[in-house]
Amino acid sequence: MAEMETIKFSIYRYQPEAGSDKPNRPYMEDFQLEVPKGSDMMLLTALIQLKEQDETISFRRACREGVCGSDGMNINGKNGLACITHISELKQPIVIRPLPGFPVVRDLIVDMDQFYQQYEKVEPYLKNHQPPPGTERLQSPEDRAKLDGLYECILCACCSSSCPSFWWNPDKFIGPAGLLQAYRFIADTRDTAKAERLRNLDDPYSVFRCRGIMNCTSVCPKGLNPTKAIGEIRKEMLKEEL
Amino acid sequence: MVAGVLSLTRNGLRDWILQRISAVVLAVYAIYLIGFLLMHPYLHYLQWLALFHHTWFRIFSLLTLVSIVMHAWIGIWTVFTDYVHPYWLRGILQTLLVLSLLALLFWGIEILWGIY
Ligand code: SF4
Ligand code: SF4
Ligand code: FES
Repeated sequence: MAEMETIKFSIYRYQPEAGSDKPNRPYMEDFQLEVPKGSDMMLLTALIQLKEQDETISFRRACREGVCGSDGMNINGKNGLACITHISELKQPIVIRPLPGFPVVRDLIVDMDQFYQQYEKVEPYLKNHQPPPGTERLQSPEDRAKLDGLYECILCACCSSSCPSFWWNPDKFIGPAGLLQAYRFIADTRDTAKAERLRNLDDPYSVFRCRGIMNCTSVCPKGLNPTKAIGEIRKEMLKEEL
Repeated sequence: MVAGVLSLTRNGLRDWILQRISAVVLAVYAIYLIGFLLMHPYLHYLQWLALFHHTWFRIFSLLTLVSIVMHAWIGIWTVFTDYVHPYWLRGILQTLLVLSLLALLFWGIEILWGIY
């Protein structure tokens, strides 16, 4: 039998309908997991194994390879995806909390409504007022390259949930994730609604609540840079308005 | 679209530019004043008075005063809308802010143009 080692966890628990043995207010619960020594398991795998110990531990996951964006959570104080975070990189006890600033539904599951509402506001789809061509709308490789670093977003919310401006005004500030998508369509040469898109964002909140703290960029598990996209939106607005 | 009735211009881009321009004015004025003080290590009142007798310096000072008002209006409005959530308290604080900034502006004008 392989040599085992013990990994310690401290996990945020909140079970609003909990029975008499468990509080129905949030608390931190300690767990331990035996893993083969030197194993480089992903945090999500560890959570799934912990769920075998206590089946009430709740979290979202699907793809388990950093593609679906379901398992964004706060890991040792930093937002990230459990499925692509190695436990060997983490200081113990590994402290896991739900995404900060979002209402908690249960344990690590948060309510993403406001996040999606902000995403919806930027109308994240191509708008083109010209009659559609017979086949597809073509784009030069250079123009297509302008969308690199923008289209890869998986809407995991790690960025918006680490943004203080989003914590304070989640109903009015679009947040880094939504703004990255806003710029993805502003930058798309096939989109003809650029001026209208920019006008919809020029109030004091939607874009301008960003204070350039760059928390978003430092946590994005896909290595994207919302701060830069927000700067580009400002630049486009200036060009349009000056 | 979200506006703020008591924000300076109710337009994010305009607020943002004004805050940056006013920051530059404030910085230039501060550097000029520090330079002036360094060049007059034994400054006495008459030299100080002479500085304020130049019309250009009064205008420069007035511009700085206007910049302080704009810069503070935009900045403190932002802080209030981040941290003060009861709408009535936010309204009261914003009103007090605007009134005190206007008072500061009028008082400053009176001082600048009251110098003989
Ligand atoms: S920008 Fe990055 S952190 Fe933000 S939602 Fe997209 S993938 Fe997640
Ligand atoms: S750079 Fe802007 S959007 Fe990103 S975390 Fe900071 S305030 Fe939020
Ligand atoms: S489970 Fe899909 S991103 Fe982690």
